[in-house]
Amino acid sequence: MRRADGDTVIAGFIPLLDSALLVTAAERGFAAREGVSLKLVRETSWANIRDRSAIGHFDVAHMLAPMPIAASLEITSLAVPMLAPMTLGLGGNAITASNILWRRMCDHGAPRDGDPAGTGGALKAVIAASGGSAPLRFGVVHPFSGHAYELRYWLAAAGIDPDRDVEISVLPPPLMADALAADRLDGYCVGEPWNTAAVLAGTGRIVTTKAAIWPKSPEKVLGVTRKWAEAHPDMLAALIRALAAAAAWCADPQNHADLADLLSGPDYLDCPADYCRPALSGELMLSRDELLSRPDFLSFAGKAALSPQPAHALWFYSQMLRWGQVTHSAGREVVVRATYRPDLLEAATGVRTEAASLSFFDGVGFDPEAVADYARAFPIRA
Amino acid sequence: MREQLAILVIDTNRIRSSIIEQGLRDAGHERVIVFDRMDGLVRKITEIDPDVIVIDLENPNRDQLEHIFQISRAVRRPIAMFVDRSEAGAIEAAVDAGVSAYVVDGLKRERVKPILDMAISRFNAFNRLSQELEAARNELAERKTIERAKGILMRNRGIGEDEAYRLLRKTAMDQGRRIIEVAEGLVISVGLLEKRDGA
Repeated sequence: MRRADGDTVIAGFIPLLDSALLVTAAERGFAAREGVSLKLVRETSWANIRDRSAIGHFDVAHMLAPMPIAASLEITSLAVPMLAPMTLGLGGNAITASNILWRRMCDHGAPRDGDPAGTGGALKAVIAASGGSAPLRFGVVHPFSGHAYELRYWLAAAGIDPDRDVEISVLPPPLMADALAADRLDGYCVGEPWNTAAVLAGTGRIVTTKAAIWPKSPEKVLGVTRKWAEAHPDMLAALIRALAAAAAWCADPQNHADLADLLSGPDYLDCPADYCRPALSGELMLSRDELLSRPDFLSFAGKAALSPQPAHALWFYSQMLRWGQVTHSAGREVVVRATYRPDLLEAATGVRTEAASLSFFDGVGFDPEAVADYARAFPIRA
Repeated sequence: MREQLAILVIDTNRIRSSIIEQGLRDAGHERVIVFDRMDGLVRKITEIDPDVIVIDLENPNRDQLEHIFQISRAVRRPIAMFVDRSEAGAIEAAVDAGVSAYVVDGLKRERVKPILDMAISRFNAFNRLSQELEAARNELAERKTIERAKGILMRNRGIGEDEAYRLLRKTAMDQGRRIIEVAEGLVISVGLLEKRDGA
């Protein structure tokens, strides 16, 4: 891939609703207004996003919030130091169960309103009642993802050991709904619109949301290699301004119909526009005839939605420790903190960071100053 | 004679995977297994116990594959991307060609390098062939469009085929455009008019 000129920024993305800031910046003039020629490249796997960022095919990319951390900690292949200078969205994920699993959960008293403690408890009862028959199979999109950590957190809070009591496999987001329909999965945690895809197909039921498990938590970030960020500080600042302006546009309900049409197009998510509407409006369809109003389901704009919080990076790190993906050291903790860079956002846009959202549905408090103790204290861990 | 390496090629494009397979066999590798499906990857890997895995970058199964390496106790040894960080050029060449590879830890570099080089060169060859095929398809489509434009002129002006072609060529020269552009313009405008008339 060769540059056309010095103003071009090439960005990789995965077809998900929270690619909205990048798509809007490129398609609705926000990048051009900042003098940035933003070229988007759709990718099929997070591994490609990582590799093509590492070798410089992509200048920046739509990344799972834990990905730049894992890269900076050198616990993935082709690891290079990476930064997250801004967040591309809060929330946006849900956990979906197959119709059969949902009926069994209802038999064990699952609440209808997406409450994570209640649905987790019902799932625990389903597993207990099945008495050692074939374990339930859940899908996530990547081992270093909010999805993996949220699903595991939800399961473990209900007393379900994610490594022993169920099977967790990895699938690309657009294939989740098909895998559920084909009975290759019993449930999954994925970003929108791929939960709604199963609901509208009549093959799945949303049981809980990221917004309920960990309110106002980061899902995707703008990922960039430290090398590129240091070599192109002005370009990065211009891009951040463009994305922040795009975020304000995406957050305006008046633009949601246009945004749903734009994102669902063949170059982006390539899906019916109907798939995109529930998450954008916050009016979720848990099943074809059950609606849930969750205005904070997916947030694009505002201080909390833009600013990458080192405390959030530390929470992701705590889950890497908890599930045995890495061992703790003081040096690693320093690397983790330095990966999320609210100062770069502030320098570009004046948006200052605010107190990080660190409350979880089960009431267990997280102290970013005591990450290792927090990870060790969970009764269920690797 | 050393023990043969087991090489698993994961590629949903059957033409490309058979080109790779042939290349590896020609180079003396007998244990080459091609897998072109999306499901059953874990079982296949457990069954084959590969030393080297070659996978195309368009394949959405890459994340699943890396996850299997990370968690599976069934897979013999941890598997890592075989190009180490000092070989930035080789990594770039592979990604440019559209291929990635993984290898069982501890394999000697000189045993693996020729396999990577083979995969890269075959992927590049395949890319060239695809581009040539695409160009040929375009050429064919262009010829068809020009035929249709000639037909329109012949019908509407009552002229012969040669004269219709000369008219297209002259219009193109006058406007400084290619014949295909003029032909496309004509076919599209006639198509629009017919649609309106039919509505």
